[in-house]
Parts: sequence; C-alpha cells; structure tokens
Amino acid sequence: MTTTDRTGPDAAELRRRVRALLDTHDPAATERLEFLRARFDAGLAWVHFPPGLGGLGAPRALQGVVDAELAAAGAPDNDPRRIGIGLGMAAPTILRYGTDGQRGRFLRPLWLGEEVWCQLFSEPGAGSDLAGLATRAVRDGDEWVVTGQKVWTSNAHNARWAILIARTDPEAPKHRGITYFICDMTDPGVEVRPLRQITGEAEFNEVFLTEVRIPDTLRLGEVGDGWRVAQTTLMNERMAIGGLALPREGGMIGGAVATWRERPELRTPELHDRLLRLWVDSEVARLSTQRVRQQLAMGAPGPEGSGMKLAFARLNQAISGLELELLGEDGLRYGDWTNNRPETVDFYGRDAGYRYLRAKGNSIEGGTSEILRNIIAERVLGLPSEPRTDKDVAWKDLPR
Amino acid sequence: MTADDLDLLYSDVEQDLRSAVRDLLTDRCPASSVLARCDSDTPYDLGLWRTLAVQLGLAGLLVPEKLGGQGASAREVGVVLEELGGAVAPVPFLGSAVLATSALLGCDTGDGRVAALLGRLASGESTAALAVPLSTAPGGAFPTGVRVDADGVLSGRVTSVADATVADALVVPAVGPDGPALYEVAADMPGVRIAAATPLDLTRPIADIEFEAAAGGLLAGARTATAALDGALLTGAGLLASEQLGVAQWCLDETVNHLGQRRQFGRVVGSFQALKHRLADVWLEVVSARAAARAAADALAKTAPDTALLVAVAQAYCAPVAVRAAEECVQLHGGIGMTWEHPAHLYLKRAKASEIALGTPGRHRAALAALADLPAAG
Ligand SMILES: Cc1cc2nc3c(=O)[nH]c(=O)nc-3n(C[C@H](O)[C@H](O)[C@H](O)COP(=O)(O)OP(=O)(O)OC[C@H]3O[C@@H](n4cnc5c(N)ncnc54)[C@H](O)[C@@H]3O)c2cc1C
Repeated sequence: MTTTDRTGPDAAELRRRVRALLDTHDPAATERLEFLRARFDAGLAWVHFPPGLGGLGAPRALQGVVDAELAAAGAPDNDPRRIGIGLGMAAPTILRYGTDGQRGRFLRPLWLGEEVWCQLFSEPGAGSDLAGLATRAVRDGDEWVVTGQKVWTSNAHNARWAILIARTDPEAPKHRGITYFICDMTDPGVEVRPLRQITGEAEFNEVFLTEVRIPDTLRLGEVGDGWRVAQTTLMNERMAIGGLALPREGGMIGGAVATWRERPELRTPELHDRLLRLWVDSEVARLSTQRVRQQLAMGAPGPEGSGMKLAFARLNQAISGLELELLGEDGLRYGDWTNNRPETVDFYGRDAGYRYLRAKGNSIEGGTSEILRNIIAERVLGLPSEPRTDKDVAWKDLPR
Repeated sequence: MTADDLDLLYSDVEQDLRSAVRDLLTDRCPASSVLARCDSDTPYDLGLWRTLAVQLGLAGLLVPEKLGGQGASAREVGVVLEELGGAVAPVPFLGSAVLATSALLGCDTGDGRVAALLGRLASGESTAALAVPLSTAPGGAFPTGVRVDADGVLSGRVTSVADATVADALVVPAVGPDGPALYEVAADMPGVRIAAATPLDLTRPIADIEFEAAAGGLLAGARTATAALDGALLTGAGLLASEQLGVAQWCLDETVNHLGQRRQFGRVVGSFQALKHRLADVWLEVVSARAAARAAADALAKTAPDTALLVAVAQAYCAPVAVRAAEECVQLHGGIGMTWEHPAHLYLKRAKASEIALGTPGRHRAALAALADLPAAG
C-alpha cells in the first residue's frame, strides 16, 4: 500500500473540517460534553470510522492531524485513559460485527465516555488458553442465561457495559463453541469484587456472573462464532496497547529523560549509555508504530500489532527500571500503597516506583509476550505450531 | 518534525524499482556466483555494476536531471541498497553512487569540474570512491592524512577506503594552504598507489591509497569542503541503514526457511518454541529496522530539520540488528552455518563490517547525546 492510493478526505480536508467545528463551537465557551458531541457528529471522533458513526472514512493515520489541531485549539478530549477498553477493543468489534442497531446504540456514548466498558474474557482456568473458557451461556427464549467467573477485569468497577465471551456449545471443540455478547454490568447477577494488585491499588477485579440475563439482541456475531469475533477484539487490543501514536519522547521515555535533564547530579556514564540505547529504541518503536498505522490506512490491525505490543512491554519495563536506578535514594520511596479503585488505567502517571510496577503488567495483559511470540512465529513467519492434543476434542471432554 | 510528516512506506514507483533490481540480482547475482568470486582475483562483478549503473541508471539516482542523473532521492537509493544488501552484491554502489556522488553534490555543482565528474558518474561512464577510511563517522574532524600544496599536488595516505580498487576517479579530502579541500584525482595518475587490503567483508573490498606528489583538480575549497564531506558521510550512514535492513531481512528469511525444513527428533526444528521465539524477536527487530531506515531515507530526501538525529537513530539501531540477524542465521543453521559453502558467512561479514562502517552504533549514540539533549555525566 502506498500513501497515494488512499480514499476518503485528506489531511487538508480534515483540517478544514476541524476549523469549521471550532468556528461553531468555541472550546473556551462550550461545555465539555457538548463540544465532544459536536465533534463526534462532525465525524472527527475517529476519522477512520464510517460517516454517521463518528468518522469520515478517512485513513486511520490522519487521526493524529485532527487530534493535534484540536489540542492546539485547547479543545477538551474524551479522556481516553478512562475509556481505553471501550475505544480500543469494544468499539472496533462492534463496528465490525455489530448490527446497525447495536452500532447506533453503543458507539456514540462509548466514545463520549458517557458509558465505560470492560472486557470479560479471562477466567481463572482460561488465560493464555482463552478458548478453554468455562463461563456458560444457555439459551432461554429470546434471552441467554450466563453463569461463570471472570478475572483480571480491568475497570469493571466503573463499567456500564462489558464485552463478554461465553461457552454456548460444550459439545463442540473449544474454539467452536463460544459466542460473543454485550453484557449489562448493572444486571443483578453481576457481582464485581476488587483484586488488589502489585501497585497497591485495585485496577482490576474478579467478576462473578450468576444467571445474568442477556437479550439475544445483544449478541455480537453468530452463535458459535465468538472466537472469530474475539480475534478482532484481541488484535485491536494489542494495537491499542502497543500502537498508540506518540510524539518524540512521548510514553515511558519521557519521564526518564525529564529526570536526566533536570538532575545532572544523578548522571553516571553507565546510566548514560543505557539511557541513550533506550532513547534510540523508543524512537524506533515510535516510528514503527507510525509505520504500521500508515500501512493499515483504513484496514484492521493484523499480527503486526502483536509486534508493537511486544516492543512496548519490553521498553516500558526497561525504561521504568532504569528510571528507578537513576533516582538513586529517591528510588527507595514509593508514592502511595493505598488500596484505591482508580478511575483510569494509567501506564505513565504517578511516581517512578508505580510506573516500574505497573509496567510488569504490560507483558501479561492483552496476551503475554510469550503468546505474542508464538503468534508472530506461526502467523507471520509461518513456522509450524506446537503439537496440540486439544484442538478437535469436544470441550466437555478436555482435561481440566 | 513529528513522525506524522515522515512517509515510512514505499511508493508504487519505489516498489517497481525494487522489482527491477531484484529481478536482475536473482538472475545475475546468485549466492553461488558471489561465493565463487570471493576466491578469485576479480572480487567485483563489474558486468553487473555496468548493468545497474548504465542500463538501470542507478548510479545517477541522486544526481539532478540537469546534471545528467535521474533526479531521484535518498528514498529510491534506500530501496536499491536494501536489494543490494539482500544479495551481498559485489558492486561499488555505496562507494561511488552514494558516498562519492553525495560529496560532489555538496560541492558547487555550477563548477565545471564538479559537474563533469557528476555527469560521468551518473551515466556510469566513471566510478569513483570517496577517499576516507570506511569507518569514518559523520560529525568528526576533517581528515588530515593527505596534504595538498598551492599547485594542487597531493601527498599522504588514506587507509581502508571502500570500493577504491575499481574506481577510476578518487574524491580526496586534503588539507591545503587555505585549509580543508576536496580534490579529484584520477586513479591512474602518476603518484597514486591503490593497494587492496584483505577485507573482513569479502563482498565490499577495501584498499589503502598512497599519494606521492599526485596531481589533483580542485572540487571544493575551504568554504564548502567540510560540509560537503560531512554531508556525504551523513547521507552514507543514513542509507547504509537500508543496506543493513536488506542484510537482516535475508538472514531472517533464510533462517525461517531452513528451520521450516530441517527435521530432528522426529519434528521440524522450527516447531520448537525456543527457536520460534528467537525468530520472532529477530522479526520484530527487522520490522523496527525498516521503520528506522525508512525514516532516515525520507528525512534525507526531504532535508528535514532533524535529519542528523534520524540518521544517528537509524545507524545506532539497524547496524546491530543486521549483526544479530546474521549471527542467529549462522547459529540456527548448525554445522552448515559454519561452512564456506553456505552464504551465511558473507552476510555475517557484511553485517559486522557495516557495523563499523560510517560510525559504530556507539559513535552514533554519542552523537545523539548532543542531538537529543541528553548530556553525559560530569
Ligand atoms: C494488568 C492486567 C490487566 C488485565 N485486564 C484484563 C481485562 O480487562 N480483561 C480480561 O479479560 N483479562 C485481563 N487480563 C488478563 C490477561 O489477559 C491474562 O492474565 C493473560 O492472558 C495471561 O493469562 P493467565 O494470567 O491465565 O496466565 P497463564 O496463561 O497461566 O500463563 C502463565 C505463564 O505461562 C506462559 N504460557 C502460557 N501458555 C504458553 C504457551 N503456549 N507457550 C509459552 N508460554 C506460555 C505465559 O506467557 C505466562 O508467562 C489482565 C491482566 C493484567 C496483568
């Protein structure tokens, strides 16, 4: 794909539309949500989405143009750290597999942040081997009755809706008996219990589902096709975690270089060499994600996103580790161990100790780095898969 | 400049250029013939070089049309270097079409001598070398190994010059009464002695050059010589990243291919996870190197304000990637990887020598300390 054969509005046209939005909605004089609504309705929310659903069918790579223009004009954003799962995972899946009714109902409040989403995928017995999940969904007329336990559910305590996968056919092999649903988190059968994590706070939860009733109209995709639908979520999740558009020195490297510049007394030759290496790696990772976005133009992310996420996790862990060493004595202190239930998922916020600990999750959440290497080796490089014994066996007959 | 302004992809025209070069190399430059040449006294394939330079017009890619070239840019040169690296093609493209040509483009191209030499290089009629050690990094002091007197007579010695043995023209940095200067010296001029050295990289020979009262023609005086030389080294370093990418990509593809066929323990060896994960890591580095190399090429093409920074990033990143990919290629081939017969060693030698060429990764990181405002300790 080249930069010239794109369709939809180009950068100049997008800039024109941003100016038109700003002309009618002065950010300084417009209430935040009202501004965001106008932005969504002008197709400037996520420009690669279709017209009418917050987009203009423009190349994905041009979102940066819009964001930069709006930021420069002092416009409010939709606080993406609060609604990352909705934006990065639920939305692309609803766009791809949702009915018109589902798209119309969910995408706007999702983008505006009026409705927060969470992801009910992982279970105590099904993490990397997600397709082995045991939560059951049983059909009852126009509804499904869902019972089971989910775990590591980030932001469930703030969520209005969840994307959920559950087993609808235990007789089928594990990948084929799964169906994908939208779950109402206010249903009386949903119970959310905080799980305190390594940072002290409870960003994730365990979620108990007891006879939760989900109308069939909230099914995404065909019955039994949930694994395929979930691939869209997972590919987008990896891209959302690892493929974010960043300015130079954006992301984890920003904190480390700020400390380096502000505190010359902490510098040593050894740390200097490591910092320069990580600075180079950060800049290259930034260029790589930009290149992937240019390649995607309007298409959906493929396994390349797994690569970006792999690099992202390695870098965040190395940089945040370096930052603590650089701080020396100050690195012995930690900001706050209080068991809070945060509003946002924040990789770069708070203090260096927090960043170091939170970064440990980057190589686990959204598929572990080991699983991502498997995906690259098998789906990109075409190497043979591990010998498997569980593929064609009915799920109910698998050893657990 | 933000990454949004860089075009990191390949245009259709660039992909067509790639296909043309690749087809030619597949046809004319198989590993077997490159290997055979290494043991001969004609390490360069001058027939192939003529076809590339004259027929495909690649020697003049960087040269403006009005000076007899193609008027293309560093972006196209990067694509060609990827392919040449992927074949470890023994042609003096880097020395002549990149280094010497860029140095000339940094001189006053309105000058008759400069324009004439550029025209000859662009048409493929002549081949030139830039007389500096291949290990020279951009941003260093002007070399002082060669002196020139007021009559344009050169004396001195330059070692480890790439692509010098097949050059008929030398572009020589020399220090004269007025300071730094660039001179053109014909390789067959009396007083010029070019002695081939035994190179680590068998497919990019190097030579030591001695000037003993050799007559030269002035290309650039004190006003432009330093910038012309430094610009050439910067262009060379930035584009070498594309060649390193080509080397790394070949090593990855070859290794994946081998491990997908070789059986041990009743299984295809490539199904062992320890090896799959190593190859996944190499893949990620190659993908990243591609972004870094394209960024440097695009920045050079656009003379972007942060070109020097993006070149340093590309060299600091891509050079070790090529080395690692080649090292993994040797290791994961087992005994075959250690043989002279298998081409893996040609790529390892190219990768390791290229890591030293035009500044080691450490030199480029040191340059970044200033370019990215990350001052050293103390
Ligand atoms: C901070 C955080 C937030 C999360 N948020 C969510 C969320 O919102 N929603 C959600 O559904 N899930 C969430 N997760 C769960 C996450 O997706 C899983 O933890 C992850 O997929 C791994 O599963 P597991 O924990 O069961 O580990 P396991 O699958 O038990 O893995 C244990 C170890 O074995 C390795 N391993 C497993 N299989 C293989 C194999 N085939 N080859 C090589 N190595 C292997 C793994 O890499 C890992 O190192 C979150 C996790 C974290 C850490």
